Amino acid sequence: MAALLGRSCRKLGFLSSGHGARRSVSTETGKSLNLYSAINQALHIALDSDPRSYVFGEDVGFGGVFRCTTGLAERFGKNRVFNTPLCEQGIVGFGIGLAAMGNRAIVEIQFADYIYPAFDQIVNEAAKFRYRSGNQFNCGGLTIRAPYGAVGHGGHYHSQSPEAFFCHVPGIKVVIPRSPREAKGLLLSCIRDPNPVVFFEPKWLYRQAVEEVPEHDYMIPLSEAEVIREGNDITLVGWGAQLTIMEQACLEAEKEGISCELIDLKTLLPWDKETVEASVKKTGRLLISHEAPITGGFGAEISATILERCFLKLEAPVTRVCGLDTPFPLVFEPFYMPTKNKILDAIKTTVNY
Amino acid sequence: MALRLRSSLSKSNFLNILLRHNNLGFGTASHTTRVSQNPISRFCNTMAEKLSSVGEHEDANAQVMDFPGGKVAFTPEIKFISESSKERVPCYRVLDDNGKLITNSHFVQVSEEVAVKMYSDMVTLQIMDNIFYEAQRQGRLSFYATTIGEEAINIASAAALSPQDVIFPQYREPGVLLWRGFTLQEFANQCFGNKSDNGKGRQMPVHYGSNKLNYFTVSATIATQLPNAVGAAYSLKMDKKDACAVTYFGDGGSSEGDFHAALNFAAVMEAPVLFICRNNGWAISTPTSDQFRSDGLVVKGRAYGIRSIRVDGNDALAMYSAVHTAREMAISEERPILIEALTYRVGHHSTSDDSTRYRSADEIEWWNKARNPLSRFRTWIESNGWWSDEEESDLRSRIKKEMLEALRVAEKTEKPNLENMFSDVYDVPPLNLREQERQVRQTIKSHPQDYPSDVPL
Repeated sequence: MAALLGRSCRKLGFLSSGHGARRSVSTETGKSLNLYSAINQALHIALDSDPRSYVFGEDVGFGGVFRCTTGLAERFGKNRVFNTPLCEQGIVGFGIGLAAMGNRAIVEIQFADYIYPAFDQIVNEAAKFRYRSGNQFNCGGLTIRAPYGAVGHGGHYHSQSPEAFFCHVPGIKVVIPRSPREAKGLLLSCIRDPNPVVFFEPKWLYRQAVEEVPEHDYMIPLSEAEVIREGNDITLVGWGAQLTIMEQACLEAEKEGISCELIDLKTLLPWDKETVEASVKKTGRLLISHEAPITGGFGAEISATILERCFLKLEAPVTRVCGLDTPFPLVFEPFYMPTKNKILDAIKTTVNY
Repeated sequence: MALRLRSSLSKSNFLNILLRHNNLGFGTASHTTRVSQNPISRFCNTMAEKLSSVGEHEDANAQVMDFPGGKVAFTPEIKFISESSKERVPCYRVLDDNGKLITNSHFVQVSEEVAVKMYSDMVTLQIMDNIFYEAQRQGRLSFYATTIGEEAINIASAAALSPQDVIFPQYREPGVLLWRGFTLQEFANQCFGNKSDNGKGRQMPVHYGSNKLNYFTVSATIATQLPNAVGAAYSLKMDKKDACAVTYFGDGGSSEGDFHAALNFAAVMEAPVLFICRNNGWAISTPTSDQFRSDGLVVKGRAYGIRSIRVDGNDALAMYSAVHTAREMAISEERPILIEALTYRVGHHSTSDDSTRYRSADEIEWWNKARNPLSRFRTWIESNGWWSDEEESDLRSRIKKEMLEALRVAEKTEKPNLENMFSDVYDVPPLNLREQERQVRQTIKSHPQDYPSDVPL
């Protein structure tokens, strides 16, 4: 029940980046779109703006299991938008070859849970393609999209957050959007970035998140974190769907007189240390939250880095509120998840340290 | 079912050939295959129709039914397709063991100029291999892997391709680079990882690459290049280029998942790609009997709907003809082709291997002498009056001298600057790498003795 309530909160007026917004696009109006429609728009624009770009993966022809590729095959033809055989290593390997010839290969992995057969291709081929060749070759045109994260009933194999595995691979970028407007701009940046990128889409938000999305072609820069809520007492860092939960915790903390600064990392690799560092130097406290299991999760990297850089400014230990170290459970999902109240408790503990 | 290689091959010829072949096992005209009808386009499924009888007799054998993918005939017998044919797929060869042209053999004619270049390059590759191998033994090189025994596969296949065909090698195909104009100096530079190395000193020896020569940089991971080649081939097709992608791998590589992924994709995407397998009998110490239980590689093509051929990899003329023919098919018919080149890895797997520990020295010696690809081709070009003993010794002494000089120069050339450690990870070094470079340079100042003096800062 609690999980459902927590989830339904996401429907209410989505995360605005009104506070201290640095991006002009965030104040633009547009059409009200959900996440999969915003992504769909980005893909339409990408394919329209570059005739040598391709979208492929399992079931993308009819629009995809999450409808992100709706209308693309009809508009751009089945030679540019097509189904592939059921084989992730083939999908990514093929995409690398296309990208190596100067095309934009926008690859879909049906669920992030199934990305592992392609891990060899991503780590040993895509990530090293430019470096090992002495910059004679590159596969920068490769973008891998995959839905990730909890969905309420996904269990082991429809809920995973595997971002940490990829953040450990020099040569690729890892990007996670928090909302429809962000997703469109970030995805276009990923597609046009001259490096191979893995783009994890929070599947929970495909339908649930609705936001005004400008209809034109726009890009949001990579490796730039955004302070989406200003505060003075504690810095919270997160990405993707988790930010909505974190924002709820911030609102409740405010009622108790705790002023929270909330940062959307957006790009996890290479990540914007400077923005987080500046914030923690101001607040003196850091809380990181992600759905992925806590041990070896990307929060550990952020924690270690901030400790190195901000040790003397810290008033309390860095705290992480994350998924537990179990396979993602079905019945036990509400116990596993880093909920608003777990975060709120951690905020208070940290502030009262 | 003789394929007339000298004629230009059109789509309809092959459909006819396949039709005849497919009808061998079936008596009724009602049996149809996808190929013999208008090929079902990728995006249509057959609509299931009511069970129908075709022909005059209503017996079970004449009935066909629709399933997604096409019509199939029924059989009332429990009959398994045998795990292997009674006879192995024959191997296409044109020159006998002694280099004499086999009568009535079909082959693609090669000009004197091309044949002499082919032979010279095979000799050059052999000499380069021997000198680099010795250099490693002497401690001048950290590592090397020879191509001894497989010179014909390397050179003849390269000769049959056009310079625009893009190559995705495994790691035992430097001859393809050599054919295209990679110099002995360039090979040596990469092996020494000096500042003239295209790869900027980042990889082990023999990990060559050249965008100028359309040869993608070698990566040590096995078979990962196969699906990449398919994507590249698709790009060539979409850009309407008169070119194909060509990728090489060994018998061992065919066991990797990427082999399956690549062949299946190539067939479905109708990609103009040549899959050339160097079946040399060994994957380090693992013989083919521990690698697969099929009749080699050639039979695997059919499983994916890919046309295949088995060829004597030590017969340069047959290799040339097979690759030349396959290339035309691949491009004009927009299809992949699988070529299994039977050969033998005469050398050790690499300088880190002593193959006498798992195979007899006699076996190695036999292949080196009795089935030597160079001597067979030499006999043939000499029989045409295109080569002589004098040219042989001139070539060998010239190449040896060039090779030793290239080694000497490469060894003396300084290593790439330290900044090359941090560049090209991304298109532009991100902040964390700039910071790390600063830190490393600080450390070097404090502890210079920990760092090699031949890497300029």
